[in-house]
Amino acid sequence: MIPIELIQTTAADLMAKAAIEIPDDYHAGLKQAAKTETGPLANYVLNAMLDNYAAAKLDRCAMCGDTGTPRWYIKMGNEARVEGGPVALEAALRRATASATTDIPLRPNRVHPLWRTDHNNNVGIGAPEIEYAFEPEGDWLDLITVHKGGLFGTDYRMLFPSDGIEGIKRFYLDSLVAFGKRGLACQPAIIGIGLGGCKDTCMVLGKRAACLRTVGDVNPDPKIAELEAEFKELGNSIGMGAMGFVGKNMVVDCHIEAGYCHTGGMQMSVHAFCLSSRRAVARLFPDGRVEYRTDPDWFTDYQRRETVEWTG
Amino acid sequence: MDGIAKPREVRLSTTPTPETLAALQLGDIVTLDGLIYTAREGVYMRALEDGANIPMELPAESAANFHCSPAATIRDDGSFDMGAVTATASFRFAKWLPEWFDKSGAKLIIGKGGMSSKDYKDYFVPNGAVYLSTVGYGTGALLGRGIEKVEAVHWHAELGLAQAMWVIRACNMGPFIVASDLAGNCLFERENAKISAGLDAVYEGTRPAVLKRFGETDDRSDELI
Repeated sequence: MIPIELIQTTAADLMAKAAIEIPDDYHAGLKQAAKTETGPLANYVLNAMLDNYAAAKLDRCAMCGDTGTPRWYIKMGNEARVEGGPVALEAALRRATASATTDIPLRPNRVHPLWRTDHNNNVGIGAPEIEYAFEPEGDWLDLITVHKGGLFGTDYRMLFPSDGIEGIKRFYLDSLVAFGKRGLACQPAIIGIGLGGCKDTCMVLGKRAACLRTVGDVNPDPKIAELEAEFKELGNSIGMGAMGFVGKNMVVDCHIEAGYCHTGGMQMSVHAFCLSSRRAVARLFPDGRVEYRTDPDWFTDYQRRETVEWTG
Repeated sequence: MDGIAKPREVRLSTTPTPETLAALQLGDIVTLDGLIYTAREGVYMRALEDGANIPMELPAESAANFHCSPAATIRDDGSFDMGAVTATASFRFAKWLPEWFDKSGAKLIIGKGGMSSKDYKDYFVPNGAVYLSTVGYGTGALLGRGIEKVEAVHWHAELGLAQAMWVIRACNMGPFIVASDLAGNCLFERENAKISAGLDAVYEGTRPAVLKRFGETDDRSDELI
């Protein structure tokens, strides 16, 4: 049984880690981008961002003042049991989100869409989002928090098989160019692309591709991996860099996730996980051990399974 | 990359003289000294549409309007804990600016992404104001270091912490980029034009979607804002 108190304190720690510490993989990706950036203004911006990551860690201050919309991805091994059950788990995550908002502090971004009511704690109807997945073995619980920015850089389109790869490329470029101007997408970003599924699952897949896969990770399907590499290069050939200034770094990495879709369609979503790619992960064990990491390791073979029975 | 030309760096008061503003060039890096207040849709609506009295002497105390909500909290004893500060996209606030300039005498509008050259020419130029953009846009921790003190927060009960009017004492706070000049030129439009020139080549080998959308454009030099 995983103690509920441990879940709440670990969740609060993760909120701070996500807001303050840029993950190593993204940091390395951005350092590489700064090395290659020849646009003078874009180059200045990338180096300012690197300084900012260092300042945030040193000052224990959120790296960006817009601390996004905190959410939780929960993964459990099949044998995991939580003290108090799933309702207690959700209560602990809501409490940790609220307390961390005050303690770090985070910006209380979450408001009612119509009445703009702000509880000043990032908790409200449907906030924070809590999503679940399971793995066939293990008694552990993974807590993953992602604080993605919420306004620009994401789009969805219903494409059709006749649109082909040329249509996919067009929508990808359109999304980057449209939201890259003036740097609205806060690029260079990790670009996540969802292909297929239904409209909602297509959005979910693309968002998870952006937020739950690390820089350098490749899709196990070699043809999709090829597309990922090609799209990264294509995005970086637009001629646009940080803040929409002339440059050559839009895409720190590109991740594509596919899901089976309606036979007549080819749903596509594009998501940009920004210069403050905030994610933090911890694995909790029943004996009270907590292991922190920054790779969510979300897309396992089990999560991408295609067959009726799991034989992994 | 080493050997890249570095932009010019300028230190500026938040109650700047016309001469110092006239000397600014697009792409200059600015740091600020003096009082800055945050005002975005909540403050604009309360001050301009509801006619509430602005709780500061403007522009005598500050001519610097920051489109920002800080990551901040008010402690139980009434003091403030301000962490990172980062701008929000300014194009959404254009409709309030003419009246806001009249009331506030602002000379520096600070935010994310700038506004259009039309907004600059119509609203900024007649008021002798320029636009400063934050950098990145996520240099919240660096900007936080430039906050000497949080002087006050107004209207937080009415508007919530994110929309409240925060008054910050800045000391060498930055970096910001000069995104418009006194002639109304727009840094982002200048960069867009350079990038647009190469877009046709990038789009080679792509195809428009078979199912169109209302209002769709194939002109990549267009902006969404």
